[in-house]
Amino acid sequence: MLHPATTDELCEAIAAGGPLMLRGGGSKDAIGAPAPGAAIVDMRGFAGVVDYDPPELVLTVRAGTPLAEVQALVAREGQMLAFDPFDHAALLGGPAGQATIGGVIAAGVSGPARLSRGAARDHLLGFEGVSGRGEAFVAGAKVVKNVTGYDLSKLLTGSWGRLAAITELTLKVLPAPRERRTLLLRGLSAEDAVAAMARALGSAAEVTAAAHLPAWRGDALTALRLDGFPSSIDARAETLARLLGGLETLDAPAGDELWTAVRHAAPLPADKPLWRAIVPAAEAPTFVAATGGEWLFDWAGGLVWLASDVDPGAIRRAASELGGHATLIRADAAMRAAVPTLHPQPAPLAALEARVRRAFDPNGVFETGRF
Amino acid sequence: MSLTMPEPDARTLARRDEIVAAMRAIVSGEGVIDDVDGLRPYETDALTAYHQLPMVVVLPETTAQVAAVLAWCHANKVKVVPRGAGTSLSGGALPLADGVLLGMARFNRILAIDYADRIAVVQPGVTNLAITRAVEDEGFYYAPDPSSQIACTIGGNVAENSGGVHCLKYGLTTNNVLGVELVTIEGEVIRLGGRGLEPAGLDLLGVVVGSEGLLGVVTEVTVRLLPRPETARALLIGFSSVEGAGQCVADVIAAGIIPAGMEMMDRPAVHAAEAFVQVGYPLDVEALLIVELDGPAAECSHLRGEVEGIARANGAVSVRSSTDDAERAAFWAGRKAAFPAAGRVAPDYLCMDGTIPRRRLPDVLARMRELSDHHGLGVINVFHAGDGNLHPLILYDANQPGQLDAAEAFGADILKLCVEVGGVLTGEHGVGVEKRDLMPVMFSKADLAQQQRVKCAFDPELLLNPGKMFPELHRCAELGRMHVHKGQLPFPDLPRF
Repeated sequence: MLHPATTDELCEAIAAGGPLMLRGGGSKDAIGAPAPGAAIVDMRGFAGVVDYDPPELVLTVRAGTPLAEVQALVAREGQMLAFDPFDHAALLGGPAGQATIGGVIAAGVSGPARLSRGAARDHLLGFEGVSGRGEAFVAGAKVVKNVTGYDLSKLLTGSWGRLAAITELTLKVLPAPRERRTLLLRGLSAEDAVAAMARALGSAAEVTAAAHLPAWRGDALTALRLDGFPSSIDARAETLARLLGGLETLDAPAGDELWTAVRHAAPLPADKPLWRAIVPAAEAPTFVAATGGEWLFDWAGGLVWLASDVDPGAIRRAASELGGHATLIRADAAMRAAVPTLHPQPAPLAALEARVRRAFDPNGVFETGRF
Repeated sequence: MSLTMPEPDARTLARRDEIVAAMRAIVSGEGVIDDVDGLRPYETDALTAYHQLPMVVVLPETTAQVAAVLAWCHANKVKVVPRGAGTSLSGGALPLADGVLLGMARFNRILAIDYADRIAVVQPGVTNLAITRAVEDEGFYYAPDPSSQIACTIGGNVAENSGGVHCLKYGLTTNNVLGVELVTIEGEVIRLGGRGLEPAGLDLLGVVVGSEGLLGVVTEVTVRLLPRPETARALLIGFSSVEGAGQCVADVIAAGIIPAGMEMMDRPAVHAAEAFVQVGYPLDVEALLIVELDGPAAECSHLRGEVEGIARANGAVSVRSSTDDAERAAFWAGRKAAFPAAGRVAPDYLCMDGTIPRRRLPDVLARMRELSDHHGLGVINVFHAGDGNLHPLILYDANQPGQLDAAEAFGADILKLCVEVGGVLTGEHGVGVEKRDLMPVMFSKADLAQQQRVKCAFDPELLLNPGKMFPELHRCAELGRMHVHKGQLPFPDLPRF
């Protein structure tokens, strides 16, 4: 394992050749095909806050800083990472608190509030990193609004360490809501739940998050979250009640517990392969009807967490036919070695992607076989 | 004018008739223009200081035609400049003498609207405002609202990652586009993103949005629709100092409030706007702030109280609150008329577009006044205060010898100042030709080389919109060999074009 602590050391390590697997706290080690031949680059030597001025809504932090530290820092100022990132330890096992902010960005981790507030890619303003050529470079900036040059921040987010090693990143932060309230509908079918969530999101109620759990403690639960100023939440809750009929209200702690369960797909069985499928929200019921298995809907149906033993090819075909795709998140090592983690792309797109990867990593230093 | 464009290729110019004939074989009738009178409307965009007649204008109507045009140009090494409505303020659609101008105006249909999934699928030549017009009866709108929204097209918005006055709360184009159909320079049709909220692999859509027509030609766009907020109210707040206004903006955000829009005008901008539209702006202030709040009525009235309190604590000398939509529109009318108002104060103006960390605003405005004296030209400032995006309007007279050069030098100094204080060259107008030669102020050679390698992955022959965005045009093979150590190349600069 390599432990660079400066950009120069990292450049040298990468220039010396690969395959290299970039790693923060290892919270997502269990995602992807096992890659025993790759040397691990521990990025936690790049840690600490570089600049944080809350009213500017901008935070610059080194990539190896633990996510929990970053979230605590912004929470102290009444702010949040609005894309709702989370620690995969809860999903994949392992000790909590190890996930780093760099790993969160590299994996494009966004939680339930992504539905309304945007994904990780929408909140990364800029970064410094080292490409597979062993060259340090900068992209984006440290202000909230910028269109100077290509938006490489979007490309790096969710690239799973295959383009460059991020050493420092600048995030947009936002004020945390003064209050959170979760409203519930009970007993809806998948179809009715998706329709109800769509109606809620199409109203002026400004729903932050919307999820459907078909078997939460024995009950089918459709949850809508409202965030903001108390008087505003009261008014928006009335809007929803007019639209959807009687709604049960959860207090903040019970609501937080529910959303944490959604974020981590906690209600699904741990002994089956776990998939994360992105489909057009209206197609979510069709998707789960086609695949079987146990599931829950986040993002109003746009994200389906699916625990299923069904043939991976069938799951991916079902997703593709509906205009979606499926990522294998949790499986035993043998299955991960046999089934690609990321959904295969059509040939012309796959070729373009490969050229873009070579634009950062011409010699395949970061091609470990994991993805 | 100081702009240098790539030297036209004599062999391509000599093949003009053959190229026009090839285009006519793909697009029939009036879709190919090659007479001087017909080309004239395409010689410039909204950056009118620069003109160049294109070799030929092609106006395709189908994706297959776009693919055929690009494949032919690729096979024949002919450059292509894509164009939407031609409202770019950075010269993004400036033609090339040896290039095909690919106008996308005929792609003007809305293909599908899905209210349940809150998306619209539109062709790239549909105007920004037409999307909102198509869905407003159902209570929806498309959020990014560049000031040219009545004319600018969604395809151009994708190319430039356009913004508007509501960006801080609702994001730029990139945050509101879910997918595109893109034709590569080879003529291959690919889909990036789609109706879902995340791409399957690398986020290529993210890098295509804002790529200024250098990576491909967009033939279809899927955008996110938002439900129209229940109410909107605007506050008009006057300050006796820029510092007070700037602190008010910071304190509003520190209080956890993200207004739908937060605009600042300096004293000269207030006077110019009021003289132009007479909406009752206070004239005895150094800075005027417009704060728009939206959401349920209860939220707007609650936040109005909070914002007013913050404003008074920062020395506001006047506060007015809109009581209805007509009054709110009047508050905005002056701000939205700032550019034409500048046009009445001086014969010509250059609109700049830097972003700064907001905390540096008083300092930057003071330095700008010094630069104004130094260059001998006036400047008025409008400012997307919430996100730190400055629009200084430099006033000049193109008929006075030397004034355009002075205005450009002044503009360059302003943008260098923006970068010096931690900001950027462009917040929403794009680099184009206007800020191209300033890119090294913000990026090292290594940074620019990495961006150009992405360009090479899409367009290895550098045929799409060359001469924009990058100050030096490196051949892709050179970029592959080039090793940049600590931001410096190991060999001297390659000649510029």
